[in-house]
Amino acid sequence: MLTPEERAEIEAEFPHYPNRKAVCIDAMKIVQKHRGWLSDDSLKDIGELLGMSAADLDGVATFYNLLFRRPVGRHVIYLCDSVSCWIMGSDRQCSHLTKRLGVAAGETTADGRFTLLPVVCLGACDHAPVMMVDDDTHPDLTPEQIDRILERYP
Amino acid sequence: MPEDKPLTGNMRPDGQALDREAYERAGGYQGLRKALTGMTRAAVIEEVKASNLRGRGGAGFSTGLKWSFVPETVPHPRYVVANGDEMEPGTFKDRLLVERDPHQLVEGMILAGYATGADTGYVFLRGEYKLGAQRVAQAIAEAYGAGYLGKDILHSGYSFELYLHLSAGRYMCGEETGMLNALEGKRANPRAKPPFPPVSGLFGMPTTINNVETLCNVPHIIRNGAAWFRGLSRSKDGGTKLYGASGKVKRPGLWELPMGTTIREILEEHAGGMRDGLRLRGLLPGGASTDFLTGEHLDTPMDFSEVQKAGSRLGTGTMIILDDQTCPVGMVSNLEHFFAQESCGWCTPCWSGLGWVERILRAMEEGRGQPGDMEKLAFQTRFWGSGHTFCALAPGAAEPLQSALKYFRADFEQHINEKRCPWK
Ligand SMILES: Cc1cc2nc3c(=O)[nH]c(=O)nc-3n(C[C@H](O)[C@H](O)[C@H](O)COP(=O)(O)O)c2cc1C
Ligand code: SF4
Ligand code: FES
Repeated sequence: MLTPEERAEIEAEFPHYPNRKAVCIDAMKIVQKHRGWLSDDSLKDIGELLGMSAADLDGVATFYNLLFRRPVGRHVIYLCDSVSCWIMGSDRQCSHLTKRLGVAAGETTADGRFTLLPVVCLGACDHAPVMMVDDDTHPDLTPEQIDRILERYP
Repeated sequence: MPEDKPLTGNMRPDGQALDREAYERAGGYQGLRKALTGMTRAAVIEEVKASNLRGRGGAGFSTGLKWSFVPETVPHPRYVVANGDEMEPGTFKDRLLVERDPHQLVEGMILAGYATGADTGYVFLRGEYKLGAQRVAQAIAEAYGAGYLGKDILHSGYSFELYLHLSAGRYMCGEETGMLNALEGKRANPRAKPPFPPVSGLFGMPTTINNVETLCNVPHIIRNGAAWFRGLSRSKDGGTKLYGASGKVKRPGLWELPMGTTIREILEEHAGGMRDGLRLRGLLPGGASTDFLTGEHLDTPMDFSEVQKAGSRLGTGTMIILDDQTCPVGMVSNLEHFFAQESCGWCTPCWSGLGWVERILRAMEEGRGQPGDMEKLAFQTRFWGSGHTFCALAPGAAEPLQSALKYFRADFEQHINEKRCPWK
């Protein structure tokens, strides 16, 4: 069941669109914000409110990079793997991260603290290489900086 | 206002956004007032047409002409959508506009709405742009508070609602009909055209889609006039342009300059030239989906027709610089990986061909290149041309590859012959 808070946040989107189905991406983002990821049960909960099947929602969710159908860590690291960051050496930042965290790109650390995801150009190419951790953008990355940044996300 | 930099000249040096009052002090919402109190819809469209404003999303379509395609007599509701998806690798211009002067975009959208008779607008913004999202939401709230949005704006009888939609992330959301599907809560596959969005777009209703930078120019055009706007430019296309440079230049960055500023001026004066010890090998003038240019093209003015004459496209106007210590095959491999990953899978030449090309390029980088690979790559790009696919993703993917095969042929051959990447 949706919590009253989730439900209220989703319903606040209803007036912005002419039908409920159009709200489904916003709804999935809202539930993911509260629960970390979108389980089959979460999709059923959302579907009941919007009048959609879990399969319909799954079809939508699997198209989008930022909707997670599998559990992620407490913090998600989005490392830009696009061209300007590549020119500026993002391969080195990526191997530093995989070594330090002991996971490959796409995986979550054993303690559930971090998930490492490659992501498309973050629109900060003049400060390459760039990553985001949760909602924060971290520009001009060096390996030493990465170590210091990670400490801020317990 | 610094007259030669309408888009960025008023931005605060401390990185904060202009709030409504600061925006108004700089002349903000005067264009809207002028349009709503003294101009017909047709007059607004005529002014924008006369300004020679061309779309800043990459294709360079005349904005005034696009607006005129929304028929006068169609039913309501009609929509306006701002394209702030900005997932084109190497592009970082709309981020600045939404973070630092969100009211400029809001005013541009209301004017676009008025000109096309729209009832509702959506700002479609990349989900990763968290700060931009906060600031646009704040600006929308302030604009409602001041009576610039909602019912009967400035007692003109015109009403317009504006909402923010944050994307869940996929390059295809930037393609205009993919974006409409995303807004309808669907997978962002593009739609077969015709019908085109001005006739049948969002929820089947007439819809106008413009890039964020395009819309941000509109308040200035209405306030100061088309002739003034044309005068900002050094070329036939009106206005200024946000130009950027990333890669190994001394000062990567973003600059608002007259439309038609040469590549050389942007690279040497604004970006400070190449880093010490490096030479320019090539550049993508306007993001990942534009053809490479080289050192021989430095005197090309960066406008739509001149860059095309040089064999590429202005695209988003943010250049990606390739230096002589970076492997061109590796760069193209990175680009084609992006396109392969983001292909929506509808057209066979795109999803199948991109996967194949990605594997060939990866193999070359790893020393497993084969004789005949160059021909296979060239063969694939021919199926990605316009007309073979439903959207412009595949034609865009062809551009850096086909031009790299032309300009960096020896590097590809060296990878194949020596069975290794000479840069590793
Ligand atoms: C795959 C793909 C992605 C695109 N991404 C964007 C984008 O992020 N932002 C944008 O303004 N236009 C993008 N476009 C171009 C849009 O389809 C459309 O031409 C543009 O938004 C029109 O606005 P304009 O006339 O103001 O340039 C993309 C096109 C394709 C094919
Ligand atoms: S060209 Fe590629 S991205 Fe575009 S519709 Fe076809 S398969 Fe999808
Ligand atoms: S390429 Fe990494 S931020 Fe643009």
